[in-house]
Amino acid sequence: MNLFDFTDGREGYYGEYGGTFLPEILHTTIEELKLEFRKAKEDPAFWQEFLQLMQSYSGRPTPVSYLENLSKKLGGAQIYVKREDLNHTGSHKINNVMGQGLLVKRMGKTRIIAETGAGQHGYATATMGARFGFDTKIYMGAHDVARQRPNVFWMENMGAEVVAVTDGQQTLKDAINECLRDWVTNMDNTHYVLGTACGPHPFPEMVSWFQSIIGKEARQQMLDNAGGLPDRIFACVGGGSNAMGLFQGFLDDEAVELVGCEAGGLGEGKGNHASRLAYKDASVGVAQGMKTYFLQNDDGNMLETHSVAAGLDYIGVNPVLVHLWEKERVRFEAVTDDEVTEALKMAMLTEGIIPALESAHGFAQAIKEAATMKPSERVLINMSGRGDKDIFTIADALGDEHWKRFIAQKADEYKAEKEG
Amino acid sequence: MSSLKTYLTERRQDKDCLIMTHVVCGYPSFEDNWKELEIMQQFDVDMVELQFPFSEPSADGPLFVKANQAAIDSGVTVADCFEFMQKVTAHFSFKVIMMGYYNTVFKTGQEIFLQKLADAGAAGFILPDLPVDEAQELYQIGTQLDLAPIVLMTPTNTDERLAKLAESADGFIYTVARRGVTGSQTEMDNEVATFVGRCRQATDLPLAVGFGVSEKKDIDFIAKHADIAVIGTAALRAWEEGKEAALNAFFKKLLA
Repeated sequence: MNLFDFTDGREGYYGEYGGTFLPEILHTTIEELKLEFRKAKEDPAFWQEFLQLMQSYSGRPTPVSYLENLSKKLGGAQIYVKREDLNHTGSHKINNVMGQGLLVKRMGKTRIIAETGAGQHGYATATMGARFGFDTKIYMGAHDVARQRPNVFWMENMGAEVVAVTDGQQTLKDAINECLRDWVTNMDNTHYVLGTACGPHPFPEMVSWFQSIIGKEARQQMLDNAGGLPDRIFACVGGGSNAMGLFQGFLDDEAVELVGCEAGGLGEGKGNHASRLAYKDASVGVAQGMKTYFLQNDDGNMLETHSVAAGLDYIGVNPVLVHLWEKERVRFEAVTDDEVTEALKMAMLTEGIIPALESAHGFAQAIKEAATMKPSERVLINMSGRGDKDIFTIADALGDEHWKRFIAQKADEYKAEKEG
Repeated sequence: MSSLKTYLTERRQDKDCLIMTHVVCGYPSFEDNWKELEIMQQFDVDMVELQFPFSEPSADGPLFVKANQAAIDSGVTVADCFEFMQKVTAHFSFKVIMMGYYNTVFKTGQEIFLQKLADAGAAGFILPDLPVDEAQELYQIGTQLDLAPIVLMTPTNTDERLAKLAESADGFIYTVARRGVTGSQTEMDNEVATFVGRCRQATDLPLAVGFGVSEKKDIDFIAKHADIAVIGTAALRAWEEGKEAALNAFFKKLLA
């Protein structure tokens, strides 16, 4: 299945979803980007350069780990995990970012901007900016800055300027709007490093292409080390980049079921979650450069969203995944905040791994389903990122008293330092 | 040809520079909007854009972003905007243009939305996030209802693209004098004159110049090179600073 062959349809469309909905002032810029991307995609040397960079700088290929303890404990399917958390900067975001960085060099631009939700994409972009010598500015919702301070710390220390966006809900979507505003002013020297497989064409295709490295590796690793392909694969879906990355490796394997796991937050009901497809609270709209499913009201204004995981807390979803969902190639499920916390605890206690809160959505759903499957079956989870960054949120969710005491003590020290 | 183009062409014969102003529906309130419009009528403005507030106003600058958000937070709906537009077109003599984002139209349904717009007395619509390549069906419905699709031309467009934009346009052309979002300052210089000249080559529709018009010298410049001055952020800023008195003083100085 070649999702990106547009010869029989409209370029940038997947079924009726996708498209390029941008102000006219960006027309020339986006055309230039399409052209450069097309050239890069058709140039085998470019993918080789990308692979080498990811090997030498980010530790690829990331392994697939067999979770023997967890599999035994559940007594169902054998559980495998693709370890994107072992990338440099701790998540799959670096794949897309380094790829776009190589493209920026080809385009001769010197300045990059990016939005970030959880901060993983901003962190990866700041890393790439430092490595390639670009002037870097990261837009982040003020609400996310408050809950993801450790990532902000690293971004700033790698020389990026971090701007807290105070418009709207002060989360990911507002940071994207702010990037578009920057881009319409500075498109001559600036590339917008969009972090997920959303936004106007060619971003959904381009980000999916760089992330496809995950699925390519994972498929081969399952064949080599697990004795065969998985029966089901699980990935969390915010914008959809890690899911697109993993799923593309298995699209043509019809026996492999693809499961997208969305943020169920507090459960069904508008405003309680960030699930666009598993729950029935979203509808088709056009915003943030694309036509897709959005959590919106009858007037087309976007709803508040909620998730314990900042990286999944988003109103829209990758248009390719919507298309695959309609064709019943991808199944969507929602996982609540409470289920996520339980899955995270189980992963830490039985296997000593710390999935990010985002990735823990995939774990929760896989754990639920694996228990009902046969021991001869296999499941694969994409561990898109590591959870160390979420220490404040996780500590709150677990109600860890020792951690609270430590933070209070630190606060006292800083206070004394200031007053002293 | 749309009746908007005829109206503008006729008005232009008697005036050096036509004026289009901008109001965000329901911000600060519909009562305030009405008072602003009364002042605009006194100064004989030719057109007013009524912006339907949207939660993701990505082509707007900080002041209008705030206005959009505040209007939505105070409960302004699309239905309220249509009702207000109906009252405005029944009472005032300037032409009214709907301005907003495409999702508002898409979610209502293209045909239903444009029919409501026609019923409310609008003369055209501006949707800055809808490129002409995606707009052909909408524009056709608009033309049947005598609603002019207003197209934006920008300094980054090639001559070839400008020609394509001109093919889709009616009413007038909104030329974006500078890069960036609404409300940023522009020096009305040679670069702008050259750009407006390129637009003139591409179309015989009246040319409006937008983004950053705030002083008398801007109006003089536009009178010389184009047809319509777009007054957006500067008027809202005046209203926020001192309501009727400040807005009156702003227009008096601007149009002296």
